[in-house]
Amino acid sequence: MALKHVEEYRDSEIAKKLIERIHETSTKDFKVMEVCGTHTMSIFKNGIRDVLPDTVSLISGPGCPVCVTAQKDICAFIDIARMENTIVTLFGDLMKVPGGDSTLMLERANGADVRIVYSALDSIKIAQENPDKKVVFLGVGFETTAPTIAASIQAASKMGLKNFFVYTAHKLVPPALEVLMNTEGVKIDGFLLPGHVLLISGTDEYVPFVEKYKIPTVVGGFEPVDILHAMLMMIQQFEEGKGTLENAYQRAVSAEGNVIAKNAMYDVFETSTAIWRGIGPIPESGLSINDKYKEFDASIALGLDVKEVDEPKGCACGAILTGLMSPPDCKLFKKVCTPINPIGPCMVSNEGTCAAFYKYHV
Amino acid sequence: MCLAIPSKIVEINEAGLGIIDVDGVKRDCSLLMIDSPQIGDYVIVHAGFALHKIDEVEAGKMLDTLREVAFYSQGLEPDKKE
Ligand code: SF4
Repeated sequence: MALKHVEEYRDSEIAKKLIERIHETSTKDFKVMEVCGTHTMSIFKNGIRDVLPDTVSLISGPGCPVCVTAQKDICAFIDIARMENTIVTLFGDLMKVPGGDSTLMLERANGADVRIVYSALDSIKIAQENPDKKVVFLGVGFETTAPTIAASIQAASKMGLKNFFVYTAHKLVPPALEVLMNTEGVKIDGFLLPGHVLLISGTDEYVPFVEKYKIPTVVGGFEPVDILHAMLMMIQQFEEGKGTLENAYQRAVSAEGNVIAKNAMYDVFETSTAIWRGIGPIPESGLSINDKYKEFDASIALGLDVKEVDEPKGCACGAILTGLMSPPDCKLFKKVCTPINPIGPCMVSNEGTCAAFYKYHV
Repeated sequence: MCLAIPSKIVEINEAGLGIIDVDGVKRDCSLLMIDSPQIGDYVIVHAGFALHKIDEVEAGKMLDTLREVAFYSQGLEPDKKE
């Protein structure tokens, strides 16, 4: 059975034509940042880098949730896993990120109860089944993930669950774009925005940013045709000296986004300053659990003392996430740092730029 | 972490939970975050929640525009692929 809403966007005839249009249109050097790790992976997997003209260069941005998680949060995850009577639940890609001298994978091998879940709701089930244990969900992710975590906290509250907690390291995308535009040395001519983040936030949220910086900005889906279409739109804008916000992913992204999801998110969370790996603190870019739901906040309930921790020595993830460096520029890349023995999170996550370069490139 | 493949709703229960089908694989999915889900709807699912219902009309229009953009400058018929 053909996959509906997918096959059409993998059509090689349309893709070929879009590539031709891109070659016809692009005359000036254009540096575009694909903000999100899912785009990075799709671009590599579909060989899109190889078919674009030499004028177009791609930089992978800070939109891989694991990659931007601060070292202090990773260390806190490991501390939680080491606590007595505790079950840690998480999405799988956090397992191998090194924090201090350990990873969650190692902790599990040493007897910690660490369980990969598919949805935060699974953690609730685990909490119900283990009333004498504390169940702590480790939450990382952007606007796409945060509402699902919020919904699980709302559900736990409704059920009166007393043994379910969330450690939140969730982040919002727009404040990070703002920082990128103001970082010394960073030069970006256009942004490919992640469809799945905007599916929640809606395009309206990005209007102030695009109006301020007047930079070609296009929301794209994740199939090859979606990406090429968005690229073409950005390049057309750039060539015409325009800098507006366009949507190449209308089947999923609207102006207002998913209001139900946003309401859930802001019922449970409030914005706060978050530390982004390699970038540093960004005001209003994090989501903390608000007073109404604070009994579910793992940092409070477990009395965590989360201290600043240095990032791994020699790891250039920060410079890579801001487009200042490319993975092969990192001295550790492929020599010391590999997917089997990752030094930084950009090599760990499936969506990490270093992992993508390792898998598909040099 | 993002699942980009739209899934079809094949079952819905009263609690707002549903079963979705992704290319023959069935999974549980919360439908609480979308408006009036119906069996047969295509939804975008992330971390166990349907987060968007695909608007068939919009999707069709967009595809037409896309074909026009792609095939236009050589004067090819945009609907050559039908
Ligand atoms: S190759 Fe490894 S050490 Fe270098 S930046 Fe990437 S993750 Fe960090």
